[in-house]
Amino acid sequence: MTTGSSWWRRIGFGLLGVALLAGVWELYTFLGPAEGVVVGGVTVLPRTTDLAMPHIWVMFERLFEPVTSAAGSPPMWSAVLQASAFTLGVAGVGWLVAVVVGMLLALLMQRFRSAEQAVLPWIILSQTVPLIAIAPLVRRWGSALEIGEFSWENWMSVALIASYLAFFPISIGALRGLESPDTNHVELLHSYAAGWWRTLLRLRLPASVPYLLPALRLAAASAVIGTVVAEVSIGLRGGLGRMVVEFAAAAGGDPGKPWAPIFGAVLVGLLAAGLVSLIGLTLRRFRRAEVPA
Amino acid sequence: MKHSKRLALGVGAIAAASALVLTGCSTGGSSNGSDTDSGGLTPVKLQLQWFAQAQFAGYYAALDQGYYEDEGLDVEILEGGADIVPQDVLAAGDADYAISWVPKVLGSIEQGANITNVAQIFERSATTQISFTDKNITEPADLAGKNVGSWGYGNEWELFAGMQKDGVGLDDINLVQQAFDMNGFLAGDIDAAQAMTYNEYAQVLETTNPATGELYQPDELNVINWNDVGTAMLQDAIWADAGKLDDEDYADTTVKFIKASIKGWVYAKDNPEEAAAIVTASGSTLGESHQLWMTNEVNKLIWPSTNGVGLIDEDAWVRTVAIALGTQNETGATIITTEPPETAYSNEYVQKALDELKEDGVDTSGDDFEPIEVALNEGGN
Repeated sequence: MTTGSSWWRRIGFGLLGVALLAGVWELYTFLGPAEGVVVGGVTVLPRTTDLAMPHIWVMFERLFEPVTSAAGSPPMWSAVLQASAFTLGVAGVGWLVAVVVGMLLALLMQRFRSAEQAVLPWIILSQTVPLIAIAPLVRRWGSALEIGEFSWENWMSVALIASYLAFFPISIGALRGLESPDTNHVELLHSYAAGWWRTLLRLRLPASVPYLLPALRLAAASAVIGTVVAEVSIGLRGGLGRMVVEFAAAAGGDPGKPWAPIFGAVLVGLLAAGLVSLIGLTLRRFRRAEVPA
Repeated sequence: MKHSKRLALGVGAIAAASALVLTGCSTGGSSNGSDTDSGGLTPVKLQLQWFAQAQFAGYYAALDQGYYEDEGLDVEILEGGADIVPQDVLAAGDADYAISWVPKVLGSIEQGANITNVAQIFERSATTQISFTDKNITEPADLAGKNVGSWGYGNEWELFAGMQKDGVGLDDINLVQQAFDMNGFLAGDIDAAQAMTYNEYAQVLETTNPATGELYQPDELNVINWNDVGTAMLQDAIWADAGKLDDEDYADTTVKFIKASIKGWVYAKDNPEEAAAIVTASGSTLGESHQLWMTNEVNKLIWPSTNGVGLIDEDAWVRTVAIALGTQNETGATIITTEPPETAYSNEYVQKALDELKEDGVDTSGDDFEPIEVALNEGGN
């Protein structure tokens, strides 16, 4: 399934998709009405002015110009790459925390039916709390935390918020996966006098892989989004979220500039999804049909 | 049986770990009070209301020029964010001082935040409502029937008060939520947009007018300035923890902090280019000409100072409180419902700081202040 030629084909199709998107964008800015399409006072299609939809080449040219005209200002692409690396790092930490917490919760819920009944509603409820409400709280609690040499940094608050978004699909997906083995398989292991641990290792965990992988990918996307939003929310310096807000101020005079961090966010999303696919490769033995989360 | 034993062990381990984390929390909270470290300097945290930008040039200049250190303070500047409320951070004890607008804090004080305005750095308001000249909006009365932009979140009160003064109700306008950028205004969706003199106004002037091929010029815009209308409210002020001001050390630190901050603003007045560069070096990514414009405009809000920088003008305070009490927003709510407590502001500390500065020969009124001419480049670069 992953022979050399098929890899090339997939990359080719990916690039074709990007080119198609760029083509549609340019075609619409060329053909679409300057004031957009408005039906009954509601804008259905956006304006096609250079401000609203700058040309692709304007955005790309901007990547190779310095961020500001100040002396020693790095070129945009390098600043964006740096911010992307920062955001990816924070999102990665958040994702790891989410995997640990999500798996532990799933194991707990699988082991004790009463835990599932008690915890599951809270897990679902946790996702209805708006991020902007918890972000300043997390920062405030974090700043009071100091254990010996360790002191809480703002980036940890952001990672924690990212994990808060990301643990949800993992715990739900893993629970479904752990509970997926047929009763006769479970009973077979039971008849071998295999305890809960052994059943978990030999049967439940392998069976959960097809459920877990899409959940991990979903969690990676959530972690990236959570990181960017939390960066804006608490004003963490260094990442893409802050860049998005700061560059928005230049939207009028320098329309290409606000798009640079958006490209960065796309890159981070692709990298995160790619890294999760690598995990999928190492677990290929357990992947039968993948089940959408 | 075996597995339940293991499980009990696991649960016990988790419980132990969480207990450890919790004790860590509680000891961590009390460890950093007002104790001194790093060479006898008093650690001070200042919470800003937004990211590093020239709006806060004086504080960054004071830090860069060592004015805080001269006063024995080790100042750490905490940047704000979209959801960071500086007065809440201060009231929660996570910062020693905070920069915020008076109307925004008045609401927090009524909600129970025990904090005091110890220095009113900005004497004038920077909030304006701008429109292209062809819309013919030169006074609040002209806003009737127009699409009027506002950011909300406490930035709308001067606009509402100005409209109320001219008899324009909120039903008479179409209130539009404004974004971080000025694209809504430039595209014509907003007839009159909210703009800070030091930021959004410049953003428009950094944009090419498609009709002329040149940047928009000031004479293409009408500006309603709330200082002229008479509904200006007090903006950037230094807020301190009212509960801690009884503590002599903190009161003393407050005077020192105000003194060094004012020196920073004097530096920004005399050296706008250098001050702008300091802010950029502190991590702001605003364009160079935009940063300098902001420094210059912020200087205009402070200098020349009628009573000496930071001294709270009784009349301006009373006006701000009156607007906060009497102006209704679209839901009929006012900022506050009763007069703020006496602790809401105090000139005691800033007066001490001004006296000390006068002794040192520092000019704190800046009567000779002349704003510089800043040429904006496209995109603020």
